Amino acid sequence: MSSERHLLDLSPRPPNPAPDILKPIPSSRSSRRSRGSRGSLDRINFAPPPSVIRYGSRAESDRLNASQKDIPDEDARLVSINDPTSTNERFEFSGNSIRTAKYSILTFLPRNLFEQFHRVAYIYFLVIAILNQLPQLAVFGRGASILPLAFVLFVTAVKDAYEDYRRHRSDRIENNRTALVFSAGDFRPKRWKDIRVGEIIKVQSNNTLPCDIVLLSTSDPTGVAYVQTINLDGESNLKTRYAKQETLLRAPEKQGLSGLIRCENPNRNIYGFYANMDIDGKRVSLGPSNIVLRGCELKNTSWAVGVVVYAGRETKVMLNSSGSPSKRSRLETHMNRETLLLSGVLIVLCILVAVFTGVWLAIHKSELEFAQFFRKKNYSNSAGRNYNYYGIGMEVFIRFLMAVIVFQIMIPISLYISMELVRLGQAYFMIQDSNLYDKTSQSRFQCRALNINEDLGQIKYVFSDKTGTLTENKMEFQCASISGTDYSNGNSSSPGDSGVYSVIVGDQYWRPKMTVKTDPELLRLLRNERNTEQGRNAINFFLALSACNTIVPLVVDTPDPAQKLIDYQGESPDEQALVYAAAAYGFVLIERTSGHIVIDVLGDRQRFDILGLHEFDSERKRMSVIVGFPDKTVKIFVKGADSSMFSIMEKTLNANIIRTTESHLKSYSSVGLRTLVIGMRAMNTTEFEEWHSSYEKASTALFGRGSLLKAVAANIESNLTILGASGIEDKLQDGVPEAIESLRQAGIKVWVLTGDKQETAISIGYSCKLLTGDMNQFIINSNSKESCKKSLEEALSTATKVSTMPLAGLGGGRTPLALIIDGKSLLYILETELEDELFKVATLCDVVLCCRVAPLQKAGIVALIKKRTDDMTLAIGDGANDVSMIQMADVGIGISGQEGRQAVMASDFAMGQFRFLVPLLLVHGHWNYQRMAYMILYNFYRNSIFVFVLFWYILYTAFSLTTAITDWSSVLYSVIYTALPTIVIGILDKDLSRKTLLKHPQLYGSGQREERYNLRLFILTMMDSIWQSLAIFFIPYLSYRHSTVDGSSIGDLWTLAVVIMVNIHLAIDVFRWNWVVHAAIWGCIVATFICVIVIDALPMLPGFWAIFHVMATWLFWFCLAAILVAGMVPRFMMKAFSEFFFPNDIQIAREQEKFGNVNENQNRVSEVAMSSFSDTQPQWML
Amino acid sequence: MMNSTSASPAEPTISVSGDGTDARRNSKRPKYSRFTQQELPACKPILTPQWVISIFTLVGIIFVPIGVAALLASNDVVEIVDRYETECIPKNISDKIGYIQNPAISKKCTRVLKVPKDMDKPVYVYYQLDNFYQNHRRYVKSRNDQQLRDKSKANETSGCDPEKTTANGMPIVPCGLIAWSLFNDTYNFTHSNGETLTVNKKDISWKSDRNHKFGSDVFPKNFQNGTLKGGKTLDPTVPLSKQEDLIVWMRTAALPTFRKLYGRIEVDLKENDTITVELENNYNTYSFGGKKKLVLSTTSWLGGKNDFLGIAYISIGGVCFFLATLFTIVYLVKPRKLGDPSYLSWNSNRLMQ
Repeated sequence: MSSERHLLDLSPRPPNPAPDILKPIPSSRSSRRSRGSRGSLDRINFAPPPSVIRYGSRAESDRLNASQKDIPDEDARLVSINDPTSTNERFEFSGNSIRTAKYSILTFLPRNLFEQFHRVAYIYFLVIAILNQLPQLAVFGRGASILPLAFVLFVTAVKDAYEDYRRHRSDRIENNRTALVFSAGDFRPKRWKDIRVGEIIKVQSNNTLPCDIVLLSTSDPTGVAYVQTINLDGESNLKTRYAKQETLLRAPEKQGLSGLIRCENPNRNIYGFYANMDIDGKRVSLGPSNIVLRGCELKNTSWAVGVVVYAGRETKVMLNSSGSPSKRSRLETHMNRETLLLSGVLIVLCILVAVFTGVWLAIHKSELEFAQFFRKKNYSNSAGRNYNYYGIGMEVFIRFLMAVIVFQIMIPISLYISMELVRLGQAYFMIQDSNLYDKTSQSRFQCRALNINEDLGQIKYVFSDKTGTLTENKMEFQCASISGTDYSNGNSSSPGDSGVYSVIVGDQYWRPKMTVKTDPELLRLLRNERNTEQGRNAINFFLALSACNTIVPLVVDTPDPAQKLIDYQGESPDEQALVYAAAAYGFVLIERTSGHIVIDVLGDRQRFDILGLHEFDSERKRMSVIVGFPDKTVKIFVKGADSSMFSIMEKTLNANIIRTTESHLKSYSSVGLRTLVIGMRAMNTTEFEEWHSSYEKASTALFGRGSLLKAVAANIESNLTILGASGIEDKLQDGVPEAIESLRQAGIKVWVLTGDKQETAISIGYSCKLLTGDMNQFIINSNSKESCKKSLEEALSTATKVSTMPLAGLGGGRTPLALIIDGKSLLYILETELEDELFKVATLCDVVLCCRVAPLQKAGIVALIKKRTDDMTLAIGDGANDVSMIQMADVGIGISGQEGRQAVMASDFAMGQFRFLVPLLLVHGHWNYQRMAYMILYNFYRNSIFVFVLFWYILYTAFSLTTAITDWSSVLYSVIYTALPTIVIGILDKDLSRKTLLKHPQLYGSGQREERYNLRLFILTMMDSIWQSLAIFFIPYLSYRHSTVDGSSIGDLWTLAVVIMVNIHLAIDVFRWNWVVHAAIWGCIVATFICVIVIDALPMLPGFWAIFHVMATWLFWFCLAAILVAGMVPRFMMKAFSEFFFPNDIQIAREQEKFGNVNENQNRVSEVAMSSFSDTQPQWML
Repeated sequence: MMNSTSASPAEPTISVSGDGTDARRNSKRPKYSRFTQQELPACKPILTPQWVISIFTLVGIIFVPIGVAALLASNDVVEIVDRYETECIPKNISDKIGYIQNPAISKKCTRVLKVPKDMDKPVYVYYQLDNFYQNHRRYVKSRNDQQLRDKSKANETSGCDPEKTTANGMPIVPCGLIAWSLFNDTYNFTHSNGETLTVNKKDISWKSDRNHKFGSDVFPKNFQNGTLKGGKTLDPTVPLSKQEDLIVWMRTAALPTFRKLYGRIEVDLKENDTITVELENNYNTYSFGGKKKLVLSTTSWLGGKNDFLGIAYISIGGVCFFLATLFTIVYLVKPRKLGDPSYLSWNSNRLMQ
């Protein structure tokens, strides 16, 4: 019957209530089903983001249409039902054993190494290490040069191996589960991994599907099976799948079953499937509603039998298990710029060393032979042969390469690893933050992308979806207009008839799970005036509500055995709300099979035949059912968006009602309700017959079924009598207005992009304080390019005029501006020369609201900003229609809400509520940015200071690249001596407390203005590192000049001085000293002492015992103290002076945090004082 | 506006997986602790003017006296430096290298030193080499520490190039350029009163080196047998641990101008005493223009004569005092109340309008 259902047949969620011929606005996934239309969402599976996004173009439609056509044999997979041998004979279909593990024991080493060396940093490491192996270039000992790379590789490999081991284990468990497979006349248990394509399997209720199967028959006589796809897309509601009638009654145990399925090759689109089946000489076509995918669970169906079409890694769920998208953070991009700069410095240092070498060798050319410290020649075997000397030119070249090896640490390779660790730590704290935990959905914050934590601190634009993001997407029936009468006094607290309506089934009470506010007037009408015209209309209205949908009632036990709950399961929250509403008024949907429904009509249980169902699609924007009444009459019920409904109404008779209904609709949508219009028509026998035959023909058609069915629907949905309209409230989420206000104060522009219509969007805009009464609104909804252009120009001139006036918070000033634009106008603007104009207007406006936009238009708007500015963008949304925008924006956030998990899957971060955006950006984003920015600068500083110390020494060694600091200390420097504190501080330090950051959202500006990491800071830091390295080198140099000091002793002094210096430097910049920070910083200094002592306790090394000798002298300690003080004075002075005399906001806020109490007491005094001094005030604020 | 953080401790077992692939496992309330909520008790230091001024002053107060003490110590040290490599070569010789390399010529030379001030015993005798890159990479690496320690590792000469083996392939002990170039000038001192000043050459090296680094059963072998003599020849009957000149020499100097301890004179010297030095000018520094100096010096608690540290401490202290004063003055001219919200940029912007 209704065999042409699709996998995820959403009925209209927000039925877009406007004719939108050029651009459908599939505000739900329903558009996916409209195969012949644009269906832009079809591309959004979990594949990596498309590189080119075309905004609402038609480019895809051809490909999509193709799936309606027959599958050519060469592209098809042929599956012989119940004949796995011949199925697998010709083709090597994948078996059902899965392998998520990447490595086996044999392949682990090569593959893991190969993968690790994909990173440029490691290659750099490797090249340096290899260079060092050449005897002429051997700067470090073999061991010392390989160690850091080996260490990093080893740690990563161990981590990978452990993860892989866990995958192996779960694979093994998964592969060894059993399923019932038909063989030798009966269903026998077989392990999952042995299941082959073509076999017939039987799945029991509540069991998980082992592979993708085409349904053959189910326990339900009509062939319905209910499945839960939570493992696939996270949606917990039940979906219906159908077995074909042709196979329904053929149990393989009895009659045997054979046939041939011709289906698409494996692909990752979990919402699409196209195939046909040759059985008994007939060709039957199969669609996504006939296939059940691996990972689904069978529910409410005692068994289902199906034939395996895709197995193992070719199942759709396995094809979809790909990682989250990888993005690179803004800070990291900047960091790479500075890394290049440092490479330049590195090259300069190396060239200097090489040139000096050349000059030195040229000057001392004649002396080299007999100078004891050089002795050019080797006399031991054959006299006169040069030893390790290849002429000046070659020496210079070799010296250059050696210098690269010695100074390699200039490029902070360890920074990349530390950054990853820090991000991991930051992610841990974001996940653990109880402020980001959503109680209602029980969902924690999720970090899906691990490399853009710090971008959260630099956001300037937030693009938000409305439904499900700003609102809860929990629909609640609010009011109805029936035949021109408005019933909107819903009141759930009225005693007696509180909305609970229950049905008596046997000795049990069944009642709907959710209660709905009811209008007493309407209740009275239904109870007492059933036979009036209005009463009949009301009854039809509610019958339409409970019949015209795809809701499945589930009966759930309650603790009280006499009472059961009816849980309406469906994919559209709007439909659920409508059915619950109907139930509250006494029209309780009790049972639904594919052929009939049972409704308890005001206490009288009636069975209605569902003769036909025309699904919702985004072109028609309505759905309809043909219902056979118990009294043998046939009626068609239609519900849909107002725009699509009024055109098919019988206008002459209903003109008045239509007019009043329209006005009701307007008032509903002005208070932010979502509206639907319901109509019906009685069908006479001829009409029905006519429809029936064409419906049958269309639904069994092999080609173009979709469009044929659409034509049938369009034909029958006409001349309707209007029954009324419904208003459904989509409640705002908690804290949305406050969150938007905070974001606005933080200097973040919030743009709302919604598929809803303009009135609804504007009213939501008001209720979430995005729009305010004093705003100057530019509304652009044009039908042509010219008018678009005109309105844009007008808006631009007004906006420029207004925006030249200063914006003031409280004391008047200019009026804020708002731009409201609809999808149709955007069609004329995006990707044309008008884009620039729009950009100018939009950026001048304080608020931008786009309504009725298609998913790709959302991405287009994000791109509009991204292309033209450097500002960071963030997109937040919950539905599949937000995926493109989430992927386009610099940071994508998915709301794990009611609408499935596609947005979450495509996002970088996911959370439960919109309002979490505030702590996420203002608190965590601020912290992360501040921490990461400081860490990068510090790492540059830390490594370069070490290089400079080495460099100064090299100037006194005839440029021969000797290092006084031991090889081991050079290697351990960035691994042990200084690594931990910067990581700990990168994870834990907080410049300001959560409370302060939330109290003053403006503090977020420091990230937007890139105050914590910029070229100026980088140069200052580098100058600091040069000064400090000079202090470290020259104080001991001058103190020990002309003394008996040996290289190892002074080398130890330098080592300790550098390490203590960089740690003190860090310590001065730490904002919050908790025990972890103390432990890390002081622990590292102690660890360095221990390491130096251990190294000097090895008698094999030349520096044996040097540290003990040198530490026993006063000179050592005085040098150390002088180095630290002299090195830190400039920095300390700069810090003290700038913090006190030129404080930035963060500094003031920190002081407030610390001395807040004192000041609050004096506030009143100071305010008075301040007002009198306010004239002099600005002078201080340089 | 946000949920308050006073969450109660919930289920304690929570595994953290950042990837979110397993939605159900994540769907538990995060465990509350001060650590996970980043609310560990912490000290939040802020540089208030009081702190800044006190820190600068304190550093000044500590550094200046130390600097003065260091200067005084350096002044107490009496040092006689005599450069002799130019004087100890006959004036008529033009081929200095040929002269120094010729073993047949006697290299004896006499120098007379005058004691400028009283020198209390022990008076240390150093030789100082200038321009000798004992820290040159070729040179520093040319040694084998295993061989020096362990008798059985006599054949272990890796790293000793180009002074590894003799021409016929026998391993040299001690091998390497460092040992090969051992300094071989000798000094004998006679006091003006005719007394010979004995130079105590015992314990001039580090005890740790004698006991652990240079074996007491390792004897020099095939040493200094090559065509080009680098320096001193070692007595093959004396174990390395007793060859203190070698041990001192093998502690390669950090800088190209360095001193090495030659010995100690354990007699007090008086002001205006003269000391006659009979020296053998054997060591070839002429090939690379290096200077040789003989140094007699006392020491202080801070080491030898070096004014730098004292001056450095006094200047650092001085700078800190200056900064403390500067900060105080600026602070008095432009005071600011800490944590005053009217300084916040958004507040001050409003004030400016």
